[in-house]
Amino acid sequence: MTRISTAPNDRGPAAGNAVEVRGIVKHFGSTKALDGVDLTVREGTVLGVLGPNGAGKTTLVRVLSTLIKPDAGTAFVGGYDVLRQPKQLRRTIGLTGQYASVDELLSGYENLYLIGRLLDLSSKEAKARATELLERFSLTEAAKRVAKTYSGGMRRRLDLAASMIGRPRVLYLDEPTTGLDPRTRNEVWDEVQRMVADGATVLLTTQYMEEAEQLANELTVIDRGRVIAAGGIADLKAQVGGRTLQVRPGHPAELPEMARCLHDTGIATATFSADTGLLSVPLTSEDQLTAVIGVLGTRGFGIADIDTKLPSLDEVFLAITGKPSDRPAAEDAAPSLAKEPVA
Amino acid sequence: MTTATLAPARAEEGRIGLPGHLRHVGALTRRNLMRIKADPESMFDAVLMPVIFTVLFVYVFGGAISGGQDAYKQYMIPGLLGQTGITLAMAVGTGLNSDFQTGVMDRFRTLPIGRSSVLLSKIAAETCRALLSFTILIVFALILGFELKGGFLELLAAVGLSLLFGMSIVWISMLLGMALRSAQAVQGVAMLVLMPMQFGSSIFAPTDTMPGWLQAFTKVNPLSALADACRALMNGQGAVAHPVLIVLAWSIGITAVFAPLAVARFRKRT
Repeated sequence: MTRISTAPNDRGPAAGNAVEVRGIVKHFGSTKALDGVDLTVREGTVLGVLGPNGAGKTTLVRVLSTLIKPDAGTAFVGGYDVLRQPKQLRRTIGLTGQYASVDELLSGYENLYLIGRLLDLSSKEAKARATELLERFSLTEAAKRVAKTYSGGMRRRLDLAASMIGRPRVLYLDEPTTGLDPRTRNEVWDEVQRMVADGATVLLTTQYMEEAEQLANELTVIDRGRVIAAGGIADLKAQVGGRTLQVRPGHPAELPEMARCLHDTGIATATFSADTGLLSVPLTSEDQLTAVIGVLGTRGFGIADIDTKLPSLDEVFLAITGKPSDRPAAEDAAPSLAKEPVA
Repeated sequence: MTTATLAPARAEEGRIGLPGHLRHVGALTRRNLMRIKADPESMFDAVLMPVIFTVLFVYVFGGAISGGQDAYKQYMIPGLLGQTGITLAMAVGTGLNSDFQTGVMDRFRTLPIGRSSVLLSKIAAETCRALLSFTILIVFALILGFELKGGFLELLAAVGLSLLFGMSIVWISMLLGMALRSAQAVQGVAMLVLMPMQFGSSIFAPTDTMPGWLQAFTKVNPLSALADACRALMNGQGAVAHPVLIVLAWSIGITAVFAPLAVARFRKRT
């Protein structure tokens, strides 16, 4: 049995792949958290793993961090096998997640110093590295305070700093902005972009299409432990539909006329809703956005407001699978409805 | 090529080595002690319990139990010494539980350290706490007029024996810490187990007035042996060997049974 499972391991990861996952399966009891996941992250790129709650994103990150062992399949990170070389692998990764956390009763500085020492930095190096990262993540003033007193955004920044102590070649960011307000979310995004600019390879899990578009080069969409779509951001957007331009006219009565005008000039197909007072124009390129605004402007339509919107996770799933994403909720609802007539 | 990585040679092998282990245990022990600084209330049990127990028992029950406070001091304080190691051992489980719950353990597990380092550092930090607690108890006892009839070496032997027995209880505490859901539950169960063990022993009162069934329990209760041993040592009484041997046997026995269970469970969870 070991022979069968180790045979494919002997083929190492392809050159240039920082992360290579092949057919990873993980069960929890009768639930299949991961059901044969394959993916690769090229060195120096950011892969976004997009999926709803319970899709298996966190399980995947836990397998790739050696926190849990897969039931089948192989995975390499930085050239190391998750099963055979866990210790070496741990030296090449950094992890920021909702679960792998800093110690709330230690100060920001002490947290970073501790991790430096556990990564075999000398006392002097660990001090220097902690100070450097606190500075970089704008935590110098809070360095001596216990992490318990930090705001949500500061906590996340400390988490990010903690994951970077050992200058990891591969960073896992497991839903790094879930639960953060928009301002703090932007702070975290800025930091991630800086890390990427410095050459880090990142595997990012998220529930937000917007986050994936901001940060990732490539996207893998998973649902119920399976990859249901993968490719470049542009490819996927072409598949699920890209941004939608929303125009709020100065005079709502002009909505039908605006739509007709865009249709007649052949620039775009617009729909409008009298209820919301919005004109919606699906966009395939930035040129198209300019053209639409240009045409509406030259025709003398008054525009009160414009906005562009990415498809939500639900819309992405609808486009890929033809079904909405939150099926677990629907399943929960079904039995309770079935019970009602009995009671 | 090697300049970018931190420890290229070790990274290739994935081995840690003894100096590495010691450094990790040291760093984690420091962490455990720093936590106390941030949460001084967690020292209440170590600092105040010996004081409160001594005052309470010596002055409230002392006269009734031994017919005099001075006699009772000589009787009860050595027993309290034995109990202190156990109370603190139970804190290892609570600490371990909260490390698992808060996700700190997951962070440690993604670092290239031996999993035993986390455990050993917990034990090291609790030993520091226990030593502080012993010191406070002894100093306070001397202030109240406790007479150290045995010598200094005997006192050290009593402290050592209490620590040793406490160490064996650490394994049970760890098992509880990993088996139960919350730190509060660990504390609750630990209390439930400890209370009858403490009071159903010769720590606080001589057992000869107890009913037969209870005497049967107190006779096999290792805390009785521990209290008797400490008492004999600190009061300079001769008959030390018998209770000391019983305590040693219990310590080894408990460790032999619970250490493999605790370590196996720890390995499974980490």
